[in-house]
Amino acid sequence: MTTPAIRFESVSRHFGEVRAVDQVDMEVRDGEFFSMLGPSGSGKTTCLRMIAGFDRPTSGRIMLYGQDVSDLPPYERDVNTVFQDYALFPHMNVGDNIAYGLMIKKVDKAERTKRVDEILDLVQLSGFANRKPSQLSGGQRQRVALARALINHPKVLLLDEPLGALDLKLRQQMQVELKAIQKRVGITFIFVTHDQEEALTMSDRIAVFNEGKIEQVGEPSEVYEHPASQFVAGFVGTSNVISGDVALRITGSSQTFSIRPEKIHLGSMDEAVDSDMHSVEGNVRDVVYLGLYTRYLVEIAPTLDMVVVSQNLRTTSADVNSVKGLPVRLSWNKAHTSVLGGRGA
Amino acid sequence: MRSRSSNSASPALVLGALGGLIFLHAPIWIIFLYSFTTDEATYTFPLPGFTTKWFGVALQRADLWSALSLSLKVAVVATAAALVLGTLAAAAVYRSNFFGREAISLLLVLPIALPGIVSGIALRSAIGTLDIPFSYWTIVIGHATFCVVTVYNNVLARFRRMQGSLVEASMDLGANSFQTFRHVVLPNIATALVAGGMLAFALSFDEVIVTTFTAGQQSTLPIWIFSQLVRPRDRPVTNVVATIVVLITFLPIFFAQRISASSADTEGETK
Repeated sequence: MTTPAIRFESVSRHFGEVRAVDQVDMEVRDGEFFSMLGPSGSGKTTCLRMIAGFDRPTSGRIMLYGQDVSDLPPYERDVNTVFQDYALFPHMNVGDNIAYGLMIKKVDKAERTKRVDEILDLVQLSGFANRKPSQLSGGQRQRVALARALINHPKVLLLDEPLGALDLKLRQQMQVELKAIQKRVGITFIFVTHDQEEALTMSDRIAVFNEGKIEQVGEPSEVYEHPASQFVAGFVGTSNVISGDVALRITGSSQTFSIRPEKIHLGSMDEAVDSDMHSVEGNVRDVVYLGLYTRYLVEIAPTLDMVVVSQNLRTTSADVNSVKGLPVRLSWNKAHTSVLGGRGA
Repeated sequence: MRSRSSNSASPALVLGALGGLIFLHAPIWIIFLYSFTTDEATYTFPLPGFTTKWFGVALQRADLWSALSLSLKVAVVATAAALVLGTLAAAAVYRSNFFGREAISLLLVLPIALPGIVSGIALRSAIGTLDIPFSYWTIVIGHATFCVVTVYNNVLARFRRMQGSLVEASMDLGANSFQTFRHVVLPNIATALVAGGMLAFALSFDEVIVTTFTAGQQSTLPIWIFSQLVRPRDRPVTNVVATIVVLITFLPIFFAQRISASSADTEGETK
């Protein structure tokens, strides 16, 4: 077992009465793409800022490759950050921005120019060294910010929602690119985001934050398919969370469980249900045709709807709309349900 | 963005603009004109004769030179003090959120809003109470009270427009506080410092009211000019001095404009 890149030992950060980060234990492995996912105010950005050194833990320790860095200032940590607003120096051109860290370390001029050229190549901005940041598009600034951090070969690269300001298409393109760059340079990336799709796309592992605590850490498929808590089930993708008497009726146990909308089969009342399937009857309350797929709202108990998503493989809008108001039987593989523990269950 | 409709202004607008310029500048030209008059005591028009002898007379006047050098020395030192203190104060008010921050901000700006006569009396009584001998330093302290404000205001406005994450980015890239100030903060507030410093210098250089209370027996240039007015025989000499002052102040303003014009493409330009 190698030393983890980052290790949180019951780290807390309080702002007055507010526990922004509350007793968090966490390990980020060497060389992995690790995402901290959560809504705003969940503590993920505070954790990132504590790793960078902009904020100090109220209690607990932060280890960077085995070294306690909790009280080191930002400039004494071998960690670099890509900021949400990029924070490019407006008075310097792209080349000087990228070479800033090397200039501070007194790397000689020729070496600096050589490395800037290399890194510009990596982020596909060759020939941009003499532009001013104000002459660049959002996506280009983003790449410059990335290059400025990567050129220092940090032990860990921190990314604070760096794709938030980009439009959807560019964002998707950058997601793929970021992942590819991370593979190439082999540096540990810690990525903060509130976008679950982004986290699922890029990460080796995801930590889901809620109210200053980590709800679950795991690989994207694990977090998605087996959410550990009601919060994770609701935040990462959409989920039907069923509890109490209705759960008892369906599974024979009153334990809360979740099931993803796309795993549910919507069938007629007379369709047979296999023994490895759970099933429940209901009435289709609403149908939303979305082209690629259709979303159904099925009332399975008074004031309790289940969401079902079905790809329009053989159905047209006329077909799906004709189901509205009809009684249906929903069924899904037992293996696809996740029994939820944790808070809010 | 220039208007597309017409590149040439209407005659009325041109006339109005010219009128405005003449209104602003005619008095200065009158001073110019009368520094060449042969008439010693009164302003007669047209000039009874043309002479440059007053320039020679002015050059000979030792009291003029000592007043001018005192004014320059005071303005330079007061401006330097204002640049340091104003920047530090602006940084403190911008960066940290301490108890009484708004009150301090108000107290800093107050001296410029306060009538000069009040500041003057206050300083005079403070100087008297503390038994400080009048010197060039008492003038500097008096001037610094309002010079700090101009730098403070300019720099604070610039800080507020500067991306807050720039300082963090610099530290993140390995720069300590000093390096961050030198390579990131200073270049970003440089034009604000130039603007604030020039204003501070100009305010100090022509200050009369506070100076009369803090100068004791010394005379700064404005006070010297003021005292000349009661001696009508030397009036052309006063005009000569005014002319020279105009020429001297024109140069820094001209260059400051050039500087701010060439840095206009950097984000966060004051004007």
